[in-house]
Amino acid sequence: MNLSAVTGHMGKLSLADEKPCIYVNGLNLHYGEKQALKDITMVVPEKKATAFIGPSGCGKSTLLRCFNRMNDLIDNVHTSGEIRIGGENIFAKAVNVAELRRKVGMVFQKPNPFPKSIYENVAYGLRIQGINRRQTLDAVVEKALKNAALWDEVKDRLDDNALGLSGGQAQRLVIARAIAIEPEILLLDEPCSALDPISTLKVEELIYELKANYTIVIVTHNMQQAARVSDYTAYMYLGEMIEFNDTGTLFTNPGEKMTEDYITGRYG
Amino acid sequence: MSNVPHHISRQFDNELETIRSDVLAMGGLAEQQFSDALEALIELNVSRAEKVMENEDSLNSLEVSIDEECVTLLARRQPAAGDLRFVIAVIKTITDLERIGDEADKIAKMTISLADKSGQRSHYVGINTMGVFVRDMVRDALNAFARMDSQEALVTARKEPESDQQYGAILRQLITYMIEDPRNISSFIDAMWVARALERIADHARNICENVIYFVEGKDVRHISIEQMEDEVRGG
Repeated sequence: MNLSAVTGHMGKLSLADEKPCIYVNGLNLHYGEKQALKDITMVVPEKKATAFIGPSGCGKSTLLRCFNRMNDLIDNVHTSGEIRIGGENIFAKAVNVAELRRKVGMVFQKPNPFPKSIYENVAYGLRIQGINRRQTLDAVVEKALKNAALWDEVKDRLDDNALGLSGGQAQRLVIARAIAIEPEILLLDEPCSALDPISTLKVEELIYELKANYTIVIVTHNMQQAARVSDYTAYMYLGEMIEFNDTGTLFTNPGEKMTEDYITGRYG
Repeated sequence: MSNVPHHISRQFDNELETIRSDVLAMGGLAEQQFSDALEALIELNVSRAEKVMENEDSLNSLEVSIDEECVTLLARRQPAAGDLRFVIAVIKTITDLERIGDEADKIAKMTISLADKSGQRSHYVGINTMGVFVRDMVRDALNAFARMDSQEALVTARKEPESDQQYGAILRQLITYMIEDPRNISSFIDAMWVARALERIADHARNICENVIYFVEGKDVRHISIEQMEDEVRGG
């Protein structure tokens, strides 16, 4: 009997074995006087799902928004330190923010389909890049909807208004729209908090499938969701990264008492 | 688990299936260890007995790794209902499998000790017969686990009291031999330990059957008579 075949499938992950995708180095962020991120240093692994968990106000969404410079849209934000994606510090002056956001797609808490047809929602990113060839768009739309596990549900009504979709479908449509332009990284900010449990499980299954091709970073209030979908989990508290480890270890044997208190519901 | 609908999360299905197949592999190894120990005993084959003792560690490490898989799954998936019962049944079953391995190890040790001493093989016929009976029980219990078949588990569990009777008969027989042949008392004591190990293995096989019934029927059938157990399973 070949025992080495046994128990190989659920083998433990280790950050040391991963290829890095996003380097965060000494990152500080202030909203005016208030410091929201304190000296964050971490490496987000490539083609894995990394979750940020922590109580409200811990800075997890702020950190996520740094990765495609969404915080630029907020007044009075100051950052120091660096975030390197593909070897480039994304805070550098030379960085083209539109190009960065094409590489680093984002999906928000509430599904926000545009008031257009399902087809046009997915094709939108290509159209603004000047791609209008019907054949190309057809192929991309179909592929993106298939990858977002939505194709079978909408293929017969691509011209219907996207606002008629259910919450779970709309969220998958938004994910399809994000992946249609083939980003390298997908940021998900509470993608399931407005969805029912079944839609949530569908989106989670989608995240599992997407990480074969994309680096996924997900912020969630729902720590069970982090436990289910992520390979690595970071626990943040008051702007600091308390612990970052593979999800199995973090949820069975966390290294920090603060992490344990939070995940076992003893926080606060 | 192939007869139940898939989870929305296929990864969850994969994890449960991994645990299931790992338990089956561990069961196969435990059965093999016991079967080898029994053959070694029947043949008084020392090298075979030594091999059983060498392999014991594999079962221990399988127990540890399957346990870890279950703990991770509990923490990450929060399984409910049948999934939860499955994981609990697995955690208990692998303890029984590991203990079967321990008992096989004891039988192997006693085999080596018996081979050293003079004594008539004919004195151990009862033990050999009981060994084959218990081996079949273990195999049937593992089959019931593999198929998650509560009826098969019940049929197998029902055989356990017979192993107790065989054990009692062997003890009486060995005591008679001791009285007749006090010079060989130490051999007879070794044989007693073997019979004891067999009786324990039959108990573990019954435990595995109870775990299967717990998973399939959602009923805890420990510490009740076989008749009550039948009522529970048949009662639906």
